[in-house]
Amino acid sequence: MKQRLALLALVAAFALAPLAAGPYLLSVLMLVLTMAYLGQAWNIMMGFAGQLSLGHSLYGGLGAYVAAALFVQFGIPGALGLVAAIAVAVAAGAVIGALGFRFGVKGVYFALLTIAFAEFTRVLFEHIPGLGGPGGLFLPVASRAGVDLLYLRGHPLMFYYLILAMTVGIFLLCRRLLESRLGFYWLAVREDQEAAAALGINVFRAKMWAVMLSAGLTAAGGVFFAFYYNTLFPTQAFGMDRSISIILAPIVGGLGTLFGPILGALILTPLGETITWGTEALGFNAAGLKQLFYGLALLGIVKFLPDGVWPWLRRRLGWDGDEDGSA
Amino acid sequence: MNALSPMLSPPILSIEAVVKNFRGLRAVDGVSFTVAKGEIVALIGPNGAGKTTVFNMIAGVFAPNDGDILLEGQSLVGLRPDQVCRAGVGRTFQLVKPFGNLSVEENVVVGALRWAADVAEAKRLAREVLEMLGLADKRRLPARSLTLPDRKCLEVARALATRPKLLLLDEVMAGLRPAETDRMVETFQRLNRETGLTIVLIEHVMRAVMALSHRVVVINSGKPVCEGIPAEVVRDPRVLDCYLGEEAV
Repeated sequence: MKQRLALLALVAAFALAPLAAGPYLLSVLMLVLTMAYLGQAWNIMMGFAGQLSLGHSLYGGLGAYVAAALFVQFGIPGALGLVAAIAVAVAAGAVIGALGFRFGVKGVYFALLTIAFAEFTRVLFEHIPGLGGPGGLFLPVASRAGVDLLYLRGHPLMFYYLILAMTVGIFLLCRRLLESRLGFYWLAVREDQEAAAALGINVFRAKMWAVMLSAGLTAAGGVFFAFYYNTLFPTQAFGMDRSISIILAPIVGGLGTLFGPILGALILTPLGETITWGTEALGFNAAGLKQLFYGLALLGIVKFLPDGVWPWLRRRLGWDGDEDGSA
Repeated sequence: MNALSPMLSPPILSIEAVVKNFRGLRAVDGVSFTVAKGEIVALIGPNGAGKTTVFNMIAGVFAPNDGDILLEGQSLVGLRPDQVCRAGVGRTFQLVKPFGNLSVEENVVVGALRWAADVAEAKRLAREVLEMLGLADKRRLPARSLTLPDRKCLEVARALATRPKLLLLDEVMAGLRPAETDRMVETFQRLNRETGLTIVLIEHVMRAVMALSHRVVVINSGKPVCEGIPAEVVRDPRVLDCYLGEEAV
């Protein structure tokens, strides 16, 4: 109950923020929401089903490029492109999952497989004609006013509320999933595959659901990215940096928990921005300092709060045994 | 009675001359036995005799190199572990495999989902099973915090929640105190009596074997030694020679 109230308060705060916040603060809040959304999508695979993907930029990048290319080349509205984007990413997830899970590629080796796919897709997209290559793909912007949810064009506030809705939506979806049959199967597979199979769970199928769902949801985040920033570069969209930034929030916040990705994003993004701002104010060029800080934050978490911040905070607040009880 | 009925009911499980090689080692070499519906059969023998290998072949962890395994007349050979479970075989692991970060209740819910229409129904059955095995008051604890006897108990609870026709118990009494062993034995006897559950157990604790099993199958070095009722088997010179020793019983 307390958790539900805290969540409602958080959503209300985000919903009302544009009344008080300037454009810069709003852009930071959007980063927080994007990080929380993508982290939640990745969390399905790693936190719930225990399958480590270090190449999640693949799905985000595929989603972004498919929807953007359909819009740039054929004028197909973003909302329709989203459907195609999700389909392509789900198919990619299915291929990687089938290869990995069928042939018993586990743990770090599976993670390496996901990196390899992201990397060669990056190289591939640098050479597909009509997509701008390494020079980038740019989405035309006719106007930054109004609200056109079909074409995903409009005022920055439209994008703000869109990502807010997506983040709330994925949170509710994940909560539903954790209470479902499939959710229990995932947790069982995460904890012990052999025991899960002995209880009648088709481990392969459970893992396939996780990777396909996670890929599709990540692709939706990628579409959002493409239509909000309007520029796409293969080195960024499919880059290792992107993959790492996707996984930071849930690891810091708490793997496998529902609040973890949100809390992690709320901690990391503002601190990262502060560092950038601080070094700029001090007048020295500090490329990579933010990454260094993220690395240190990760080290600290692994050392002192290996379960993440949220499980620790939940204990401190005495909210254990409330909902979000899983793991 | 018509002409067909005098026949004995067909065995629920028949192991027919199964063979299993691991590289050069013949771990199981032509073991055969049958288990009737409602029977409790103990599989005993010295360490390395191939008992767990026989279990793993029944459970679909790996297929025998030769021979057949039939559950109610249907071959289990070639099925995956999850398919064997859905065919009606529940099992426990010798080295317990709890879902450590899930609660005791959630562990059992996973098992109950094998047949339950939804999670709510699975939770109801999980409660019943936990009551029966005396774990109800620990149901909210994470499984990793349980003591070894409780983990063994949880292993059994989870397997029972799948509502098996045949339950395979791999050394669930090992490490239990005599009083705990007796309680576990009583639970299995009650289950067997009330629900007709068929049980095959691997066990070194002879106290449990003698109290629980209707029949004992002895194997050594992958080969069958003898089988019979417990009181006879423990006096069989071949069994004394290879396993129990002259001082036994």
